[in-house]
Amino acid sequence: MTGATADAAPLLQLRGVETFYGKIQALKGIDIDVNSGEIVTLIGANGAGKSTTMMTIFGAPRARRGRVVFDGKDITALPTHLIARLSIAQSPEGRRIFPRMTVFENLQMGASINNFAHFDEDLERVFTLFPRLKERAPQRGGTLSGGEQQMLAIARALMSRPRLLMLDEPSLGLAPLVVKQIFEVIADLNKREGLTVFLVEQNAFHALKLAHRGYVMVNGLVTMQGTGAELLARPEVRAAYLEGGH
Amino acid sequence: MTAAPQSKPLADPDAKAAPSIVPALRNAFAAALVAFGLCFPIISYHAESNINNELVLVSRWPLSLGIAAVVFLFFFFRQVSPPDWRVWFDRVGAVAAGGMGGALAESAAEGEGTAAPSKARTRFSEWFGPFALGVVILFPLIMLGLLGPNGSLKWINNYGIQIMIYVMLGWGLNIVVGLAGLLDLGYVAFYAVGAYSYALLSTTLGLSFWICLPLAGILAAMWGVILGFPVLRLRGDYLAIVTLAFGEIIRLVLINWVDFTNGYAGISGIPHVTFFGIPFNDEDNGFSAIFHLPFSPIYRTIFLFYLILALALLTNFITLRLRRLPIGRAWEALREDEIACRSLGINTTNTKLTAFALGAMFGGFAGSFFAVRQGFVSPESFTFMESATILAIVVLGGMGSQLGVAIAAAVMIGAPELMRELDWMKKIFGEDFDPTQYRMLLFGAAMVVMMIWKPRGLVSTRSPSIFLKERKAVSGDLVKEGHG
Repeated sequence: MTGATADAAPLLQLRGVETFYGKIQALKGIDIDVNSGEIVTLIGANGAGKSTTMMTIFGAPRARRGRVVFDGKDITALPTHLIARLSIAQSPEGRRIFPRMTVFENLQMGASINNFAHFDEDLERVFTLFPRLKERAPQRGGTLSGGEQQMLAIARALMSRPRLLMLDEPSLGLAPLVVKQIFEVIADLNKREGLTVFLVEQNAFHALKLAHRGYVMVNGLVTMQGTGAELLARPEVRAAYLEGGH
Repeated sequence: MTAAPQSKPLADPDAKAAPSIVPALRNAFAAALVAFGLCFPIISYHAESNINNELVLVSRWPLSLGIAAVVFLFFFFRQVSPPDWRVWFDRVGAVAAGGMGGALAESAAEGEGTAAPSKARTRFSEWFGPFALGVVILFPLIMLGLLGPNGSLKWINNYGIQIMIYVMLGWGLNIVVGLAGLLDLGYVAFYAVGAYSYALLSTTLGLSFWICLPLAGILAAMWGVILGFPVLRLRGDYLAIVTLAFGEIIRLVLINWVDFTNGYAGISGIPHVTFFGIPFNDEDNGFSAIFHLPFSPIYRTIFLFYLILALALLTNFITLRLRRLPIGRAWEALREDEIACRSLGINTTNTKLTAFALGAMFGGFAGSFFAVRQGFVSPESFTFMESATILAIVVLGGMGSQLGVAIAAAVMIGAPELMRELDWMKKIFGEDFDPTQYRMLLFGAAMVVMMIWKPRGLVSTRSPSIFLKERKAVSGDLVKEGHG
């Protein structure tokens, strides 16, 4: 198999994963590796199966064939909440913050996995990363702007001290400046703390610049892979995802 | 601090003058025709039974025509009035239509419940809660002092105890609907389980109330889990339908399993409550004799009042404590977003089941209190209308707000009782006039008024269960309806 560049086995490994929605096959056998300390991105057009891949890793929907392995443990058949407790955190598509709960309560929900151990410390950390959230702490999540909600979703995910952070389209519907800010935070977390990130993006340019490695997905299949710079240089990628306007 | 109107009619000085009369007439005529058409099957004919118990059809054409005329005038004046008045016409129309809807609903279903329009301020919980609690605690004594043992009986029993039962049921259902966001239309089933648990355990095994109370709670909680399991995957409308069916199933089982429940006839002769073993009777070992008081049924009523008050406060206390614990916050998070919950490692199955079980347990407590108070239970007491009333209390009170639910219960249950006091109106409207028959009319009108003025319930603010430095309530107005 390809991919394994690091010394140890990959942190997250997808092998031949096939996922169905009823009779419709969304993923047609996918192999993806995410090594410890890497930022890996999965890019592709609408409906290519990027979000499905992300959700399949989380067990909803479940892969019908193939295996998902995290840290040497087969998690293919594990219920979602138990997968999350293996310290995989997710900022899901559409952010899915709790709109009627305050920013502070949202963050607390994120910390409930590890029973609020080192809660104050983690809170300080995400407030340093996103100072805006500190200002907004007593405010209802639903009253935040789109960018702030995305920051909250990422911060909530970080509160559990994850070993793998999965982000589904964090740039969706946000102003370029905010996107830049969020991507900088991700790069910074990776560089300083060695956080492993799996990023699903439509914004191919930003994602590939940020990521160490990338996968390109078309119609439920991974068609290309390589380092971020390699993929950015590939004419097919440029034609399909970059020059088409992003 | 006032309940501000949500939208003021636009006062536009340049608005065009009143439109011409002819289109207004045409419009009003069309509306009147529609109204008449609607009245025809519902109001024009009325089936009554005569002395020989035969059904006879009575025609009420003048009433139908009168309604059509009112509609005609209403629409005509709405059309010719300046545009900025029309909002008010529309509101009045909506309220009237709501009232009609409520009145029609009664012809299909029977039961208790109405509400008078009530204004609530958004932030009065800080002083109002403790104040109200004080009034409620002193209520029987104040009544006793003012009206004496005989006069106060009605007030403590029909108002005090009756309202407190629904406050407790509302608080119990609030856990399921308000906090966990699981729409339950069959809550009365757990009330019934609690009532029958006490009724059967006490009449067959002779167990005392204090032993039966926890047993009834456990049995109801068990049924909550039994209901919870199959509906775990359902949400919203689908969940509502299944819980509705569950409520009906329990009622039909109670009716048809005659060997066990005595069917329609119900269970009578349920032992009355005792003062920790001392019966409330006029014998030598009775409560009055032991405490050297003249015998009166009022002591039992007062004891029942404090009993249900204690049970309701227990419900409230436990709910408030749980809201601050991870499980309570998980309920609220579940209401907001189930998928996000799961991806944060929350076991949504357990979270839902605990909400169902806990809500059901409090329903079971209330049920066994109902049985011990009535001394008689029958399936008639556990109709869908009860579930609807309890749910309406929770919704009108503002989902998740403990104080709002209490106020809504007082209004919804107290108002129909108050209408019984309006017998003097017979002098004005004739002997046939029965004010209690207008409950549903007011109920519907009140619902529409609420939806216009306070669409998120009486107390729409949700006070955060945790806070950084100071408590800061977040207004419900900041977030769109239906989007949390």
